[in-house]
Amino acid sequence: MPVLEGEGVTKYFGGLAAVSQVDFHVDQGEVVGLIGPNGAGKTTLFNLISGALVPKSGVIRFKGEKISGLKPYQICRKGVARTFQSVKVFGNMPVLENVLLGSLFGTPTGMSSVNAAKEARGLLEFVELSALRATPAKDLTLANQKRLEVARALATKPELLLLDEVMAGLNPTEVAQAMELITRIRDKGITIFMIEHVMKAIMGVCDRIMVLHHGEKIAEGTPHEIATSKTVIEVYLGE
Amino acid sequence: MDIARVISKRSFLLGLLGLILVLLATLPLYAKGYTPILMTSLIMYAILSVSWTLFSGPTGYISLAPAAFFGVGIYAAAILGKSVPLPVFIVAGGLASFIVALLVGALTLRLKGIYFAIFTFGLVMLIMQLLVFWELHISGIRGRFVIVIDYNTIYYAMLIIFVVLMLTVYFIKRSKFGLALQSIGENEEAAAHTGINVTMVKVITFAISAFFMGAAGAAIATRWTYIDPYIAFNVNVSFLPVLMAIFGGLGQLYGPVIGAAIFAYLQEVLTTKFSELYMLIFGVVLVAAILYLPNGLVGLIPKLWKRSSGGQHAST
Repeated sequence: MPVLEGEGVTKYFGGLAAVSQVDFHVDQGEVVGLIGPNGAGKTTLFNLISGALVPKSGVIRFKGEKISGLKPYQICRKGVARTFQSVKVFGNMPVLENVLLGSLFGTPTGMSSVNAAKEARGLLEFVELSALRATPAKDLTLANQKRLEVARALATKPELLLLDEVMAGLNPTEVAQAMELITRIRDKGITIFMIEHVMKAIMGVCDRIMVLHHGEKIAEGTPHEIATSKTVIEVYLGE
Repeated sequence: MDIARVISKRSFLLGLLGLILVLLATLPLYAKGYTPILMTSLIMYAILSVSWTLFSGPTGYISLAPAAFFGVGIYAAAILGKSVPLPVFIVAGGLASFIVALLVGALTLRLKGIYFAIFTFGLVMLIMQLLVFWELHISGIRGRFVIVIDYNTIYYAMLIIFVVLMLTVYFIKRSKFGLALQSIGENEEAAAHTGINVTMVKVITFAISAFFMGAAGAAIATRWTYIDPYIAFNVNVSFLPVLMAIFGGLGQLYGPVIGAAIFAYLQEVLTTKFSELYMLIFGVVLVAAILYLPNGLVGLIPKLWKRSSGGQHAST
């Protein structure tokens, strides 16, 4: 059974179909990539899954249960965590508190303060930010802020993690580190659905890739199939 | 800073707080006449600006509703004052404001920025006009008399409201709830996706802040003897707490208290001594404060501290 599935998911912005009749599924333990040119509707699809937006029609299910229509905090507590394309950290709060908020509020069952603090420290270790735990989040480099967002998302104990361009704006070394981090998250048993423009990264870590164009799903397959697909090449490079 | 210093600073602060509290609690014993009356207004403004800051400080939502909640408290005192004792109608005034804030908050806290500010200001007008209509056409009266209570009792009532408010704010700030509140101000969208029920946190905090404004209104009403909707819903009460809080500084718990105390004292002194120049002087002080003290009066303290200790503790 897929962890996440969508059927006929559609969202309009005014008259424009940002996401149109998209069917998708993400299986347990998979790393699925979501690619497409700018404005293809990738982030909109993530917003629909995470509850920031409500689909006009269609249904999204998480572990067989309908989640479209729920509030973001409810979806988060059910086990779907996300990061943001433009980082949204709690800038004036220390790094540790950013992560602590996730474990205090985002877990399905709730957590005592002592356990939450322990959990948060463990996650900072995991994303290698322990040394910066008392620094206000706004003073971190972009790469570290992205790691912090990942740690905050992981603190909510997700089964599915939505990563929205975690590698955008990073230098090659940082990209390599981010890829390594994604592999380690997958090894924890967390399913990953990621939007990415860094092709090397997406080809390297994904089991399967979905391509959106003008809000429609135009291709789906293994990285190799996508890289050689005529439709995909046409979309990216023109006919 | 080493641990011994932290502890000594802490016990110093606690001692100072205790001393202030004892001085305030015994004030009517050594200061007669005008002083308790003046202090009652100072404390009332402190309550308004601290409770305004409780919600608007961390979340960044500028509420111009204080006059609405304050006025609801005043009317609670006017209506209930003759039939129930002081503590009961103070709590009733607070609860009435709490409920109004819950309803209004649930409807409007999805509004952002200036829209929220304008709506909350409109709320003051709306309640006032509804009351004017009600009093003229349904109860057939223009204003109401409020039961008179001696000024020392009102002073103590106000002081108790203030102490309860400060304790509430202190515990909220230190709690998990306070952390959530702060995260909403930092980034509401991220807070929602981190599992925080942002609407609930905002509405509850808004209502708690309204409770104290309503309670303060109910207490002060007994000193005014006569009220009507225009007196009870004076729009100045919406702006003054905001100005006082900004003047004092939003970053610290004591900022709005200091701001309110100085502001309210200046107001008293200026109106009595320079009644014609009062607004002018007031305006100049305010403009200067906003231009030169972006973090309010309390923003000066770390600067002065640094200077006096020769910059060794620049990290504070």
